[in-house]
Amino acid sequence: MLVTILDIVIAGLLMGGIYALISVGLSLQYGVARVLNISHGEFIMLGAFITWTMFAIFGISPLLALAIVGPITFIIGFILHRTYFNSLRISSPSQPAFEGSSMLASFGLLFIIQNVAILIWGAGIKSYTYLAIPVNILGAVFPANRLITLGFAIAIGVVFYIFLARTRLGKAIRAAAQDPVTAETLGVNINRVLAICFGLGALMAGLGGALISMMISLQPTMGLEYLIIALIVVVIGGLGSILGSFIGGFILGLVGSIVTHIEPGLAMVAYYFIFMLLLLVRPKGIFGR
Amino acid sequence: MNISLFTSKKYWIPGLAGLVVLILLATLPVYAPGYTVVMLTTVFMYIILTVSWTIFSGPTGYLSLASAAFFGAGIYAAAMIGGKLPLPMVIIIGGAVSFMLALLVGALTLRLKYTYFTIFTFGLVELLLYFMLWWEVNITGTTGRVVPSVDNTTAYYAIIIVFVITILIAYLIKRSKYGLALQSIGADEEAAAHRGINVTMVKIITFAISAFFMGAVGAIMASRWTYIDPNVAFNPLISFMPVLMAIFGGMGQLYGPVIGAAFFTLLREFLTSTLAKYEIGELYMLIFGIVLVVSIKYLPTGVVGLIQKWRKRLSAPKQVPVGK
Repeated sequence: MLVTILDIVIAGLLMGGIYALISVGLSLQYGVARVLNISHGEFIMLGAFITWTMFAIFGISPLLALAIVGPITFIIGFILHRTYFNSLRISSPSQPAFEGSSMLASFGLLFIIQNVAILIWGAGIKSYTYLAIPVNILGAVFPANRLITLGFAIAIGVVFYIFLARTRLGKAIRAAAQDPVTAETLGVNINRVLAICFGLGALMAGLGGALISMMISLQPTMGLEYLIIALIVVVIGGLGSILGSFIGGFILGLVGSIVTHIEPGLAMVAYYFIFMLLLLVRPKGIFGR
Repeated sequence: MNISLFTSKKYWIPGLAGLVVLILLATLPVYAPGYTVVMLTTVFMYIILTVSWTIFSGPTGYLSLASAAFFGAGIYAAAMIGGKLPLPMVIIIGGAVSFMLALLVGALTLRLKYTYFTIFTFGLVELLLYFMLWWEVNITGTTGRVVPSVDNTTAYYAIIIVFVITILIAYLIKRSKYGLALQSIGADEEAAAHRGINVTMVKIITFAISAFFMGAVGAIMASRWTYIDPNVAFNPLISFMPVLMAIFGGMGQLYGPVIGAAFFTLLREFLTSTLAKYEIGELYMLIFGIVLVVSIKYLPTGVVGLIQKWRKRLSAPKQVPVGK
């Protein structure tokens, strides 16, 4: 009994780490850059496929590939905001108008990135095994790559938190999130900060994807599922609340693990149920202001 | 009522043009090859979805991604009652089921602000999809359903009739006081409430009306497809396409969504047949994505906005503007 509970809890936490990471990325893009990035899942897919390519073709360890995936997805995100979303933001008559049109544009991006990936990698399923050795935690057995994944997810979260709290750029990002107009008058280069935020969001999606690729088989259409999970987590944590997203990720991981234990087919339905219930009862999210 | 209203050029030219087009469409199965009829059925399916999407989301600015949920509800309604009742009844019931679903969803969600509403409607489709997948496997023990079918020509006529009714209703709503109320909700919800408009009620009813037509068209398409499963009925693409088509066509005028829907459906038809030769038939979504991204940036009011701009330029008096 105890082992079963431990089994469920640890499995939930392991999944929750990934959920937290990708949700913080989405939250950052919406909370600061005000783009509800529907193509977020595609950056996860990109991260996963780049890692696969590194490992399967060049023989580079997936953990080393993190250092390659991160900059690539960051640059893509940064350039996207600089060349597209920023000019959309400037030409939009109001903030709700920008939120609507940027969300729609990200739908377009979803289709573009997904189909470019199909052109490059084909529509088939890809997978590899890395560090799938069993590890025993108090009687519950897990593959080592899952534990490494959780470790990395937490480490990235902590590093990012310190970056936001302690550095000058982190301060500028927080200022831009609170009040972009005032931040700009106080000397924050708002265009640059927003682009960096969007890039960081893409980076976290990419890293999340690289970590996910160690555990599951990959497909160019895998992004949507993770986008939906990230959306749910972000709503649980409160749209725009980064700490809320981080904690929300672990909550959803636990819920998923419990429901999967009881009735495997209903995990996704349970996610949605919680999601819709929360939207109705407390749309600001558990940690929203 | 003023007689000159009906005799004025402004009304009878578009009216007559509409009548001619309608007669051409109605007699089409007589002289056109069967393929054209099938293709036009798909074109009109998207036109109805897009126009009915615009009825609600156009003036209010609430971006609904629930189209697939209502379309799918119509499909499942037809799958359950099809064959037991005549086709017109099936279509009406399909619409009514979606209408009721939209009333329920609207009552629950239309208090939410814009972004939340969009996420919620997006989630609704996936919730229904996963629930029906689970339901089919675990409760009924099936993976899909066979729908009693109708022939292509019957489906075509059914969809033309629903199309005409959709356009009429959309037009009447747009021209009425009710449509004005919708516009004012889109402009400033709080101000609209202060003017005595029952904001929530107007939103919910309009949402349900737009869902009715999506359900009706779902019921027709189910009868033509003959075999359906949850993945066909609740395909998220059905939610995205009307948005893409309406944005591209422009929502300022009724013909905008019609142009957008017709353009994209025909473009897809063309692309899938040409790209298929190079075995990359599915890549039309790449081109759709590019068109969407580009038109949001450079064509914010859609094709309609572009046409109006040209018209203004053509009809503008050619003189040097003096002062302001």
